[in-house]
Amino acid sequence: MKWSEFFVTGEPLIYAADVAIVLTMVGIVFVLTYFKKWKWIWNEWLTTVDHKKIGVMYIICAVLMLFRGGVDALLMRAQLTAPNMNFLDAQHYNEIFTTHGTIMILFMAMPFIIGLMNIVVPLQIGARDVAFPYLNALSFWLFFFGAMLFNISFVIGGSPDAGWTAYFPLAGNEFSPGVGNNYYAVSLQISGIGTLMTGINFLVTILKMRAPGMTLMRMPMFTWTILITCVLIVFAFPVLTVALALMTFDRLFDTQFFTMANGGMSMLWANLFWIWGHPEVYIVILPAFGIFSEIVSTFAQKRLFGYKAMVYSIVGIAFLSFIVWVHHFFTMGAGPEVNSVFSITTMAVAIPTGVKIFNWLFTLRKGKIRFTTAMLWSLAFIPNFVIGGVTGVMLAMAAADYQYHNSYFLIAHFHYVLIAGVVFACFAGLHYWYPKMFGHMLNERLGKWTFWLFMIGFNVCFFPMYFLGLMGMTRRMYTYSDGLGWTPLNVVATVGAVLMGIGFIVLCYNIYYSARYGERDMTGDPWNGRTLEWATASPPVHYNFPVTPIVDDLDAYWVMKKKQGGFQVKEEELKPIHMPSNSGRPFWISVAFFVAGFGLVFKWFALAIAGALFIVLGLILRSFENDDGYHIGVDEIKRTERAARKGA
Amino acid sequence: MGTNGHHESFPWKHLIGFVLSLLLTFAALWVALSSGLPLKAVIVVIVLFAMIQASLQLFMFMHVAESDSGKVQTFNMVYSFFIAVVVVAGSVWVMQFVL
Repeated sequence: MKWSEFFVTGEPLIYAADVAIVLTMVGIVFVLTYFKKWKWIWNEWLTTVDHKKIGVMYIICAVLMLFRGGVDALLMRAQLTAPNMNFLDAQHYNEIFTTHGTIMILFMAMPFIIGLMNIVVPLQIGARDVAFPYLNALSFWLFFFGAMLFNISFVIGGSPDAGWTAYFPLAGNEFSPGVGNNYYAVSLQISGIGTLMTGINFLVTILKMRAPGMTLMRMPMFTWTILITCVLIVFAFPVLTVALALMTFDRLFDTQFFTMANGGMSMLWANLFWIWGHPEVYIVILPAFGIFSEIVSTFAQKRLFGYKAMVYSIVGIAFLSFIVWVHHFFTMGAGPEVNSVFSITTMAVAIPTGVKIFNWLFTLRKGKIRFTTAMLWSLAFIPNFVIGGVTGVMLAMAAADYQYHNSYFLIAHFHYVLIAGVVFACFAGLHYWYPKMFGHMLNERLGKWTFWLFMIGFNVCFFPMYFLGLMGMTRRMYTYSDGLGWTPLNVVATVGAVLMGIGFIVLCYNIYYSARYGERDMTGDPWNGRTLEWATASPPVHYNFPVTPIVDDLDAYWVMKKKQGGFQVKEEELKPIHMPSNSGRPFWISVAFFVAGFGLVFKWFALAIAGALFIVLGLILRSFENDDGYHIGVDEIKRTERAARKGA
Repeated sequence: MGTNGHHESFPWKHLIGFVLSLLLTFAALWVALSSGLPLKAVIVVIVLFAMIQASLQLFMFMHVAESDSGKVQTFNMVYSFFIAVVVVAGSVWVMQFVL
């Protein structure tokens, strides 16, 4: 292979990206060396097994990926603003919409949600860490290196260009001969393994490590949604693993699972992809529902209305999520019987979702509402998500779907559910739990600026797309001709996208501004919270709770505050705390995964085998490891507690 | 049960499980060898018997529902089974139009 094929060439945008990447890497190395931080970053972050630090790293990656996916989105909007634009060519446009979709779902929404759940869930259930801290670190690093492998594709070798769904036969060797779709198959596989392990880890954590007295029906709603999400991850992700493995075999070793000839079945890919893909969208939306439930209840200063109905409706949604997948390809031609059944199951999803909407509304009723930034996001979620939901029911009617399918109507629908649902929830959760993560608040004034810019921009951008879809504009077209009457609405949509971009910049500035000047949270409970995470200091000490809290009702911390004036710790009750040791192995095993993956992408099998051997070596070393962690003595706990509670 | 004083003097549960297992095995044998049903029906019936017997043994002999996490275990198995059927049978049904 020639160097000119190895590196992507010929586009000024790509050269600029090359320069930016090299400068960023040089910058990171320089800063770490100049401030003598290499040891610090290795000991405190790269080898950590602390769920809070892992969560923070997930969220940092998610914000970076939101930037990357957002830039992709703005490039697409720039290209579509006017008819017959020459800003991007067809191939470049294909690559950009593919990476936009893949990154936003798998490398932005997923890590944002997983980051929040890493930070919050152990605190909410009164645990000191997750069930398998070492595995948790491995999950993160596999996700991280999977994401990196995917992201280098646009400067090395070329990006995947067959859509985030990578439908065959387009994604097969015949129509996509480059390495782009190898990147898709391998990097999603690596980060998918990480996600699967996270699912198992949190399932066990929630079932086995709850504080005494916290029965399932006394769990905070966010923890409930994570529990169900983990069930979905455990059952849905293996389907993706298998489908991607078959895709990899097809692309690298010329097997014929999804090919057109030799008995292959190209449409089976779409079927398998959506058996995973539909539960996947619920994997990101259910935690969002949990975040909104916590925030609505806290800032309406009322117990969540219809707790049990909420729990049953999450379980109902999770059950339905596995029997609706065909609605993603009604037009494939499976016939009226199949389409009718999946049409009905799809419409049924609106029932439990509707129950939840009414529960939030009734929680708000007669509440003393505080309009914080987190609450604004949650309030805006309700009407915006309902617009997305109602258009979803329209799409669910199989016969009508033949009109809407793959038009901008669909684009508008899923952005209304995913942005108004998941992205609003991520921003709401970020504002809400930020003091818990970093010990200081995010500035409310800047937060509200972000909210209004982003929320208005979102509607200005995506509402016109419903009409563009009805006017006949289809998905994934890189340009359109003059005289179709689409231009005005496209201009409006681009204006909205720019507003969202400005909102994001304000958010980034807010993070910087708040770190320097933001109000410090000395109490550990800045919002007058209801659940156990607010019983800890902000940020929590590394063992979370000096003694395990006892739970005797829903909203455990709220009841504690009413009965005992807060979480009381008597020094004579302290016992040594058992904690897991740090390990560098999850990091370098994941590096080995990256190397092996890179080898597979380019069919450099010697490199792939070398990487695989290192993975196996890591597994062997782990099997023979005899590390039972360490104990923190009572004296040290006393000192830490006094220091942490000085401000309170 | 065991040491908590409610120990049953006679293991009824095991006996019932054992007799039912024997019945199901012989019934399957009879269906396969001398019922005279068409081949497809035979397969359906003996697979059904096998599944009933497997779940019988799980509950009667292997005590899935009796530990602290019994409910979770049972739910887990039933749900796994449901998903497996949905994924496999569902895919076959959905893809019938190209098969």
